[in-house]
Amino acid sequence: MNLFTLLISGIIVNNFILTKFLGLCPFLGVSDDERGTIGISISLTIVMVLTNIITYFLYNYVLIPLNIEYLRTIIFILVIASLVQLIEMVINHYFPKLHQLLGIYLPLLTTNCAILGAALLSSNNNYSLIETIVFSIGSSLGYFIVIYLFANIRERTQHSPIPVAFKGIPIALITASIMSLLFMRYVG
Amino acid sequence: MKDLVKGIINENPVFVLMLGICPTLAVTTTVENAIVMGLSLMFVLIFSNFLVSLIKNFVPEQIKIPTYILIIATFVTMVELLLKAYVKDLYDTLGIYIPLIVVNCIILGRALGFASKEKVFSSILDGIGFGLGFTLSLIVLSAMREIFGNNTITIMDSLTKITGYQMIYKVLPNNNIFPINILLKPAGALLSLGLLTAFFNSIRLRKEDNQ
Repeated sequence: MNLFTLLISGIIVNNFILTKFLGLCPFLGVSDDERGTIGISISLTIVMVLTNIITYFLYNYVLIPLNIEYLRTIIFILVIASLVQLIEMVINHYFPKLHQLLGIYLPLLTTNCAILGAALLSSNNNYSLIETIVFSIGSSLGYFIVIYLFANIRERTQHSPIPVAFKGIPIALITASIMSLLFMRYVG
Repeated sequence: MKDLVKGIINENPVFVLMLGICPTLAVTTTVENAIVMGLSLMFVLIFSNFLVSLIKNFVPEQIKIPTYILIIATFVTMVELLLKAYVKDLYDTLGIYIPLIVVNCIILGRALGFASKEKVFSSILDGIGFGLGFTLSLIVLSAMREIFGNNTITIMDSLTKITGYQMIYKVLPNNNIFPINILLKPAGALLSLGLLTAFFNSIRLRKEDNQ
C-alpha cells in the first residue's frame, strides 16, 4: 500500500479516536489540559513505534513459523507491558526533563487500546516493516491532532451555559461526534 | 447481593463509570453484536475475577499487574478461538475488539480494585454484576442506534448456523424520517452515547434531588 496514503489515512480517514475508537480513555479523561495532551502524544508516539517494530518481528519471525499465531494476544500484551516499563526506566535515566513532562501518562499506556490496537491492525493487514512504522507514525500523529484540538475546544465549552445533565462527559462526546462528522467527509 | 446489583445500576460501567468505551462505541451497530460482545466480556470478567481472587495471596507485589494481565489474556484468547471457530462472520464483524477486551479498563479495574482484595464468592458475584451491567448497557445503546438508524432489530443473524433461528425485525413503519443512517457511523455512535449518558445523568440527578 502506498506509504503516503497510509500516513494521511492514519491522520484523517482511519483516525484512531474518531473512527476506530481506540485510546478513548485519556481522550475523555485528561483532554482539558493542553500540556497533558502534549505529554500523552509524545509518550504514545514513542511507545507505539517501538512496540510495533518489536511485535512485527515477533509475529512474522517467531509466531508464524512455529504455527502459534493464536498466542498473538498474549504475546503482544506482555511485550507492550514490559516495553512500557523499559521505556519509562530509560527515559527516567537519560532524559529526566522529558520524564517530568510525561508524568503519569507513560505507565498508563499499558492499558491503552491504541497501542494494542495498532499492533493487531498491523498484523491483521500483513504490513511490511516500513508500512508498520509509517502506520504507527501516522496514527499517533492523528491522535495528537485530535486530542490537541479537543483540549482547546473543551477549555472553551467549560465556560458556556451547559445543562446540568450534560456537564462533563456527555457534552464532550457530542463535541467529539461533531468532529467525527467533519473528519468523515474524507471517507470514500 | 449488593455486590451483584451495584454493577448494574449504581456503578454501571458504561454510563456512570465511563470505563471500557472503546468496544461500546465500535460494536453497537446491531443488537446481536452487542449481545455477543457483552457476553464475551462477562465470560472473561467472571473467570478472571475468580482466578485473581484465588491466587491473590500467592502473588508477590511487584509482579501483580503482569500476572493479572496474563490471566486475562488467556481467557480472552479462549473466547477469541471459540468465536473464530463457531461463528466466523461474527468474529470478522467484531474484528480487533475481541482481543482488545484484554486492555478493557473494566476487567483490569475490577481485578486490581476488587478481586485482589475480596473473597472468591464476592468476586464472582462482582464479575456477574458488572458483566450484566455492561451487556445491558450495550443492548440499550445498540437498540437505540439500530432502531433509529436502520429500522430493524437484529437479534440473531450470524448465529443462525448454531441456533437455527433468524430474528430480524422491522420496527417502525416506512416513513421519510427514519432510518437516520448517521447513527450507524462512528459520529452517530459518539452522539448516541452522549445523549443516553445525559439522559441517565438527568434521572440520577433528579433522584438525588428528591432524597
